[in-house]
Amino acid sequence: MIEEVAVRHRTFYQETWNRLRSNRAAYISAWILLTISLLAAFAPTLSPYSYTQLHLELKNTPPSLHFWFGTDELGRDLFTRVWWGARISLFIGITAATIDLILGVVWASMASYFGGKIEEALMRICDILHSIPYLLVVIFLTVIRGCGLVTILIAMTITGWIGMARIVRAQILNLKQNDYILAARAIGASPARIMIRHLIPNAIGPIIATMTLTVPSAIFTEAFLSFLGLGIQAPAASWGVMMNDGLNAMRYYPWRLFFPALMITVTTISFNLLGNALRDALDPRLRT
Amino acid sequence: MLRYLLKKALILLLSLWCVLTGTFFLMHAIPGDPFIGDRMIPQEVLNSLYTYYGLDQPLYIQYIKYLRGVLSFDLGPSIVYQGRTVNEVIREGFPISAYIGVQALILAIPMGVLLGTWAALKRSKWQDGAAMAISTLGVSVPNFIFASLLQFVFSVKLHWLPVARWGTFAHTILPTLSLAALPAAYIARLTRSNMVEVLQQDYIRTAQSKGLPLLRIAITHGLRNALLPVISYLGPVTAQILTGSFMIEKIFAIPGLGQWMIHSIAGRDYPMIMGLTIFFSSFLILSMFVVDVGYSLLDPRIRNGKDSPYD
Repeated sequence: MIEEVAVRHRTFYQETWNRLRSNRAAYISAWILLTISLLAAFAPTLSPYSYTQLHLELKNTPPSLHFWFGTDELGRDLFTRVWWGARISLFIGITAATIDLILGVVWASMASYFGGKIEEALMRICDILHSIPYLLVVIFLTVIRGCGLVTILIAMTITGWIGMARIVRAQILNLKQNDYILAARAIGASPARIMIRHLIPNAIGPIIATMTLTVPSAIFTEAFLSFLGLGIQAPAASWGVMMNDGLNAMRYYPWRLFFPALMITVTTISFNLLGNALRDALDPRLRT
Repeated sequence: MLRYLLKKALILLLSLWCVLTGTFFLMHAIPGDPFIGDRMIPQEVLNSLYTYYGLDQPLYIQYIKYLRGVLSFDLGPSIVYQGRTVNEVIREGFPISAYIGVQALILAIPMGVLLGTWAALKRSKWQDGAAMAISTLGVSVPNFIFASLLQFVFSVKLHWLPVARWGTFAHTILPTLSLAALPAAYIARLTRSNMVEVLQQDYIRTAQSKGLPLLRIAITHGLRNALLPVISYLGPVTAQILTGSFMIEKIFAIPGLGQWMIHSIAGRDYPMIMGLTIFFSSFLILSMFVVDVGYSLLDPRIRNGKDSPYD
């Protein structure tokens, strides 16, 4: 009779979750990001002010009980605007990361699926596009197409997916050498089924980690564009736009720079810590 | 080796061609006319402007002329700044940007290597934690936030250093620090992870059992091997410093090439934007190429191409 092994069986995701939770920095980061998302979702509606509402007699007031983060040069409530900006910045970050994910995974799996000359050609295209400097492409496209949310997203993702494609391809190349792929082929699984059922799910770790790290870089790129005057247009405001405004007023009204800068910094740090922790936690080779 | 070089060179040429062709056709896809703004311009003047800039010819002839111009390093005139050519602007601004960039590199590389090595040697101790916390901050804090913070503290509040502009060495300190932060942090993380890996190798244990002091092992055996991947990172570092200079030069009002780029974007000076984009991109693509080739000379594993998943 086989004795029941005393260790409780845990699924891959339970195990990942446990390992992620043991990383204190990542755990705190996840909570911070959740808080920021919740505030972005609800704070603008709960606040008594709207993000466009002017208080011309209350220009540049420092943080107070009425205006928690102070007001800007048109007397708009910065607390409301910061959380409104969070919506735009997070939307840009997450959308860009999702588009990169889809394009990258599709491209890489197409390359591996067809193999041979087509794979070679697809990956060489990646190499060429990869060596073209990313931020310059983004700037140039935004200049040409004019500012706007859609333009920014197009500019960011037009070469942004290359990194994802290269990582997924490298993963698939590694995974393909495993015995279970050979076994799947031997029992007659179609290449498409192997790709969808075995290769892509097993590459999910690096994919999620790369995605998590793409979000802050997209938020940063948007801030960079705002800095060049190519960001979201008024009266809407992303964190980048607010930071750029605050930069000019830094000497006399430092809070106008402080709060958006703080939000960008906290968000990028949290995403970076979480992304790195996810990469470690999702790597089955590190499993104990 | 030759095969590897040829392949890299081919990718280099194709990337350059993509940049040139992409910028040209995108420029021509802009709706509207560069000369028709708010002012009314007589038709004859417009015609002569078209002839001067070659806009009256068919697209493919313009493209060929343009390629010929770029290949002979002539990037054409500016539209906003009368009588100035893109070449003049590059000649004027590039040395300034390069000065800060090189200074930042000289600061960032030793700083990153030292921090990373230190963290690896004190692995899992508080020093490691502190070094990695610093480098996480360096990687995550956008450099324009860091730059404005430095400016606020050291120039506006403490009056230790000039707020902005260009001239003496004191003017270069804060811009250099702001530019160096990100690459230094990256290099520190890279050095640490490579060093940790290298320190587990057998030849390190051999050196230890010979009784060599730890510091000597770390420097002569460890660093030599741990630094190789850092070298391959120098290409992206150049890109970071270059694009970083856009913001740093704006914040500190430095008359470098980045500042010109920002001005030309603000003034929608399309030929200038195009010329500078081409210059920046070619510069970066070329420096990546140089780094790749140099790296393959140092590390034979790369040029045989079997270990790298990408080649």
